[in-house]
Amino acid sequence: MDITRRRLLILLPAAAVAWKFVQAGTPEAAPNYKLTEHWWAMLVDIPKCIGCGSCVRACSEENDVPEGYFRTWVERYHVSDWKIERPEVESPDGGKQGFPPNEISAGKDFFVPKLCNHCADSPCTQVCPVGATFVTPDGVVLVDKSYCLGCRYCVQACPYGCRFINPKTNTAEKCSLCYHRITKGLTTACCEVCPTGARQLADLKNPKDPIHEFLKTHTVQVLKPHMATGAKVFYNGMDGSVR
Amino acid sequence: MVIAVVAFVLLRTAVVPHSFGQYGHYRGDAIAEAAARPIAHAGHEVCEACHTDVVDQKKLGKHVVVACEACHGAQAKHADDPASIKPPKLDTAVLCARCHEANSAKPKGFPQVVTADHAGGLACDTCHQPHRPKIEETGQAKTKPATEAKK
Repeated sequence: MDITRRRLLILLPAAAVAWKFVQAGTPEAAPNYKLTEHWWAMLVDIPKCIGCGSCVRACSEENDVPEGYFRTWVERYHVSDWKIERPEVESPDGGKQGFPPNEISAGKDFFVPKLCNHCADSPCTQVCPVGATFVTPDGVVLVDKSYCLGCRYCVQACPYGCRFINPKTNTAEKCSLCYHRITKGLTTACCEVCPTGARQLADLKNPKDPIHEFLKTHTVQVLKPHMATGAKVFYNGMDGSVR
Repeated sequence: MVIAVVAFVLLRTAVVPHSFGQYGHYRGDAIAEAAARPIAHAGHEVCEACHTDVVDQKKLGKHVVVACEACHGAQAKHADDPASIKPPKLDTAVLCARCHEANSAKPKGFPQVVTADHAGGLACDTCHQPHRPKIEETGQAKTKPATEAKK
């Protein structure tokens, strides 16, 4: 076969792409962990949350989160009878040390734990100009710190306010769903320490996971469903006033 | 033209991380790096393997569902080296209140107290054994505080 200039121009890029895959090898997150066998999510059972802040403290400790920043936090809602669309929301220090007693007034009060929703169609990954944040094949949104520019596009794009810029590294940071734990067969730090079971890690690809029965038998919602982000943090018993 | 294309391909191969594009528009190795981080919370199963006496106590009370590190904090380092790394002593007056201080946002069936009225400044473990908190008739305290909030 004669190598013409036309053929050379076609072959060279193809050879470069092929060589890249040869170099890449076959990395796997953990020895016995198969990326394609999981699709991670979380269930938050609002009526069970007591606002103790154990999840926030555990997350900070597990992930070395800087003081004053939160990968997960707890909000206390007060919804008065006549202002359902304007709830009063507070989260002192992210709820890390629990909540002080509140003044009893007409209406209802409840806690809502918040974290990254690990959206299947996440706006934050779509706006990253360098591919430093992404959805893994097992459904977790991660940040590649060594590749992040700290441009803050993703911080603005997240409709749930789940991202921040780490002041030490100047890179984007967020809940990783304790990826270093779940790939080792452990649950997340927040789920591990939740004293009432208000948070539960779920694997939607595991047919034996209790999440399937729970989703069938409960009225479950995600935050801001109108955003169509494919959020995978499911809230049970969530009031309509929750934003 | 050919030289320019070759130069571009070579430069791109040199600059772009070798695992970029393996799973998508990102560095594939970032997944393994995220998974490789060490853990801080050992998990209750690890604690229970050694502290069987505490497990037996917890089984008798409602705190059986509370994981060890919910109160004791992250203990993976202690689990790795139990002889030299000891968990810190806990202050029950702070710890218990985080969960059990009365708050209108807490679920109505959850046991809550106004600690200032309930304990009068005493540490909770003066009367309650944290691993088995219900006060039994044969326990340290014989009477139930009258000021326990009914929530």
